[in-house]
Amino acid sequence: MKKKITIVDYGSGNLLSAKQSLLRAANLINIDANIQISNSPKSLKDSSHVVLPGQGAFKTCMDGIQKIPGMQDQLNEFVKIKKRPFFGICVGMQLLADTSEENGIHKGFGWIKGKIKKLPSTKIKMPHMGWNKIKIVNNNAHIKPKETDYYFVHSYYFECINKKDVVAETEYGINFASIINKENVYGCQFHPEKSSTQGLNIIKDFISL
Amino acid sequence: MLKKRIIPCLDVKDGRVVKGINFIDLVDAGDPVEQAKFYSENGADEICFLDISASLEERDTMLSVLKKTSEEVFIPLTVGGGVKSIKNIKDSLMAGADKVSINSAAIKNPDIIKNASDHFGSQCVVVAIDVKKIGSSWMVHSHGGTINTNIEALSWLEKTQKLGAGEILLTSMDRDGTKLGFDLELLVEANKILDIPLIASGGIGTIEHFYEGAKIGQADALLAASVFHFNEISILEVKEFLKKNNIDVRI
Repeated sequence: MKKKITIVDYGSGNLLSAKQSLLRAANLINIDANIQISNSPKSLKDSSHVVLPGQGAFKTCMDGIQKIPGMQDQLNEFVKIKKRPFFGICVGMQLLADTSEENGIHKGFGWIKGKIKKLPSTKIKMPHMGWNKIKIVNNNAHIKPKETDYYFVHSYYFECINKKDVVAETEYGINFASIINKENVYGCQFHPEKSSTQGLNIIKDFISL
Repeated sequence: MLKKRIIPCLDVKDGRVVKGINFIDLVDAGDPVEQAKFYSENGADEICFLDISASLEERDTMLSVLKKTSEEVFIPLTVGGGVKSIKNIKDSLMAGADKVSINSAAIKNPDIIKNASDHFGSQCVVVAIDVKKIGSSWMVHSHGGTINTNIEALSWLEKTQKLGAGEILLTSMDRDGTKLGFDLELLVEANKILDIPLIASGGIGTIEHFYEGAKIGQADALLAASVFHFNEISILEVKEFLKKNNIDVRI
């Protein structure tokens, strides 16, 4: 069956990069996919996969979603009722948490239990920007990332309440969750679309779901 | 462990890669998309395009270069040169750039740094600073290093950081094109002020210079152009040398 992969456009992130990487990944594994960038909640109805990128501040991203009438409901339906594969990238992953402490306390989707907190910045530069290694802590997820370097840009991290939701961790001042997964919901703190071959491999695994 | 980044910089004019020695004497060195792809496959951690075009038509050519590059290259892509407005930044980001570097426009109107980071997030705002040592101070120069702004470089660094710069690209004009190595004193002084990542540029001639910039200058990323373009040094050679000398890099 032809897949329909939707990248949610809510005014955040480098959507073109996400699209190019999905096109390349689909091409590499011969998956026939219609990959689109859309700001319409309707387009989620017949999507097989949804990707949520995100850059900038948590609240700005959350507001961007809320501003589109019906988007939050369609996202909930896609993930909670239809249980189809969903992938959040960077702030797109952080939005899955219950709350964020970035510039005040803000509510997230609450799909994966946890809180977004600031990375401790004593003696290290912020944002955490550049290539850093991941360590797999849970082998049960359907995506099978290589334990190597990926490209990160962030100052906040996802503190998961349930350790079993953490697939991989990365060290920068502290150990934090760099890949999370719960059922059909996946999230990466780094940018797989900017992480060379190893990043494309994660995208391949996701679209193969 | 966060890795030190190696960034090849490609000067692009009207859709073609060129490299000036001390910003003059242009020598054509090829197609930017192919070059970016080559570097990405050979260990570059990011790619930087510097648009040295003069006309608006050529700027549109740059946007199409960005778009084509983003189809082929899956590592971060920075573009700089002649960025004047929020619209310029948006156009570049929409065309596939991940970061935009601002130089003269920020000197003319520092608020563009704040506006850009408020609009698009500080992660995509690189402030490029060209400095020349005059007496005992480093002074900021604008317009490709041709005009002394009479702004003291270290105070400018502090200000741009406060305004929301995500990263600083610091070029020593005294060293650029000389192959004498980085101005290490400048990097050390800059790092005393900066809490955000520092990209060092200007002066690389040997593989040891990369090591000095990372180890002594404590730069987070090292940017070079001509030594890579003319195949004098390969990125892999640099990384192997750094690794052997206990500097963490991505190989």
